[in-house]
Amino acid sequence: MSALAAAADTGVQLGTGEAVAFWILAPIAVLGALGMVFSRNAVHSALFLVNTMLALGIFYVVQEAPFLGAVQIIVYTGAIMILFLFVLMLVGRDTSDSVVETLRGQRVAAIVLGVGFAGLVGAGIARATEGTVVRGLDAVQGGSGDAADGNIEAIARLLFTRYLLAFEVTSALLITAAVGAMILAHTEREPGSRQSQKELSRARFLTADHPQTLPGPGVYARANSIAAPGRLPDGTPSVASFSTGIEPQDVDELPPASLGAERAGIPHRGGTDAALGTLDGTGSSREGDPS
Amino acid sequence: MIDLIAARDQPTLEDFGHDVWWIVLIKIVGVFGLLVVMTLFAIVFERKVVARMQQRIGPNRVGPRGYLQSLADGLKLAFKEDIMPTLADRPVYFLAPVIATIPAFLAFSVIPLGPTVSIFGQRTPLQLTDAPIGVLIVLASSAMGVYGIVLGGWASGSTYPLLGSLRSAAQMVSYEIAMGLSIVAVFLYAGSMSTSEIVAAQANGTALSFFGADFTGPSWFAVLLPVSFVIYVIAVVGETNRAPFDLPEAESELVGGFHTEYSSLKFALFFLAEYVNMVTVSALAATLFLGGWRAPWPISIWDGANTGWWPLLWFFAKVVVALFVFIWLRGTLPRLRYDQFMRLGWKVLVPTALVWILVVATMRTVSREADLDGGEIAVFVGVPIALVVLAGLLVASRVSNRSTRIAAARAAAGSINPTEPEVLPAAGPRRGSAGRTGPSRSEGGFPIPPMDLAVPPSPRLRSRESVVVGTGRRSSAPTLEEDGDV
Repeated sequence: MSALAAAADTGVQLGTGEAVAFWILAPIAVLGALGMVFSRNAVHSALFLVNTMLALGIFYVVQEAPFLGAVQIIVYTGAIMILFLFVLMLVGRDTSDSVVETLRGQRVAAIVLGVGFAGLVGAGIARATEGTVVRGLDAVQGGSGDAADGNIEAIARLLFTRYLLAFEVTSALLITAAVGAMILAHTEREPGSRQSQKELSRARFLTADHPQTLPGPGVYARANSIAAPGRLPDGTPSVASFSTGIEPQDVDELPPASLGAERAGIPHRGGTDAALGTLDGTGSSREGDPS
Repeated sequence: MIDLIAARDQPTLEDFGHDVWWIVLIKIVGVFGLLVVMTLFAIVFERKVVARMQQRIGPNRVGPRGYLQSLADGLKLAFKEDIMPTLADRPVYFLAPVIATIPAFLAFSVIPLGPTVSIFGQRTPLQLTDAPIGVLIVLASSAMGVYGIVLGGWASGSTYPLLGSLRSAAQMVSYEIAMGLSIVAVFLYAGSMSTSEIVAAQANGTALSFFGADFTGPSWFAVLLPVSFVIYVIAVVGETNRAPFDLPEAESELVGGFHTEYSSLKFALFFLAEYVNMVTVSALAATLFLGGWRAPWPISIWDGANTGWWPLLWFFAKVVVALFVFIWLRGTLPRLRYDQFMRLGWKVLVPTALVWILVVATMRTVSREADLDGGEIAVFVGVPIALVVLAGLLVASRVSNRSTRIAAARAAAGSINPTEPEVLPAAGPRRGSAGRTGPSRSEGGFPIPPMDLAVPPSPRLRSRESVVVGTGRRSSAPTLEEDGDV
């Protein structure tokens, strides 16, 4: 807003498109910021913040700083907020903010201090930029002003000449922070005290019955109850398919195939073929009960 | 002469942003329709190619030779019941597929499809728009697309989707770094981030004189910057969640991953976004590394190859080849374990990309100091280095696979047990039950279906007159499945 006011003071004309973009994006950005503060759910807050950051990124692009806008979207909304979300998702989705004030009057104090701080910073910036002459982007960037000669070269030139020291110091700071975070999060373990995913996987393939997922009741099962075991091809129940927590029990299911008889092609009453019905009518013959 | 024509048709950054509104509208609708059609094509293409690789027939019912199958599937998806899980976070659950889809379409807006052409008398580049930061727009869009997947998994209120979205958050962020770093070398060579200028930078090969013989060297960045190209290809497979890096939707581990709870149009949007992303990264690969819309070498001898509407053909040929590579990978490679996957991303791709950027920057500086041409340096230094690296990798893989090859040779020669079986003592039966009769799983090994297994014919077959007795018997026995709902 102060930039707008300054622009109005010095008589620089805003383009219609820029004004339209501002009046569309500014409410979105402000609403996003408010939503972030007032939302009870932490993930919703993060999403509102993403919204605001996205709007800011588009603002940069509109103000002919496309590189800054792209970096804002890639780095802040793309990487940093995703990491935020990652942590929030690990915390759990039902953890909403508590409405109970643990410190009495903290809300009022926070509001007063927040408004005061905003006023202070705003006033400071307004005072500092009061007498600034608007020179235009081309003059600052030192280019000839056409579209091909742009913002990226200007930023690169400044970063690697005038602000080289600041740039390097910032990167050193970031590396220090990253290494520090790794050291803080690192827990020293006895070598071999905890199996890595590789070792677990190898052990599973070498020793266990099942390198894969346990079988469910498949084509050989005769009931769809969860207590009914899956069947091996020979008709015996597969122990591995017993559900955890449920005692294996005899549920009502199609009568088990008697071993051998069906294999040998002898029709019998309890056989699967009989139960399902076949085209050649073997189920019709009743030659005693094999079971 | 050729150069003049090409130079006239090659759009520069000044050519963008001056179109009439209806041209812009045509381009927007065109890009949208193109992506949808490419998605439909890619799905059926994938199913057919994978089927061929697995010696199946693949879809062959709907339309000529089955090519309308994905259209029918899309219609079917739209008419399915839309399910909202009780535990779902409603607004986010609803928004997530939209968030996944919009950036996918947005990213394609900066892909150059062809040179300046004439549409209804207006001369305009075959590209929706371009900016000095062209490629960064694609990166930003893919960064936004992550949100769709992450939020979709979170908002479902279910365990598997949450795990899938956690995986995809970690995966896409780490592979995006490798992808961004692999493109940096292209920026250094092209001297620009705008897609149309990167295509222009690949227009002319370097004139080389090799032992007295003059010829034109390759101009594609895939040849000049082979390491970048390989890293880009690997990284985008991870970035688009495709096999062998499809851990967020690993069906044998996570059911459906982040979209387990989704159905109907919302699921269709996720599906659409995945395939549009695939098309976009393929198009970006063609643009950055394979010369963009410019004709490949034997065709480029023809003067008119890079003018008019012809380049669309070359461009989409390149895109389809890239899509085929995606499908080929899926048909060939098993899924990586999660730790292998993360190690590949952080300990192989990112350091390699960083070292490669250093090498490229050094080469650029040296060539500028020594007044050599960049392409010349790349061909005389980069290509030999790449060959040495490839040869080293080949030798290393053969050495590490030696025992497997020996075992395979012995097995082929008729040995029953080519190597010592690496099987530890078998564990006992998991939980014995009284009625257990068959051989233990560990005693008998894998359950092998009997060789003479005959699957009973389906009772739903039309000609079931002879089954009447069987059916009647079923209804008379109350202990059968259909009556006993336990």
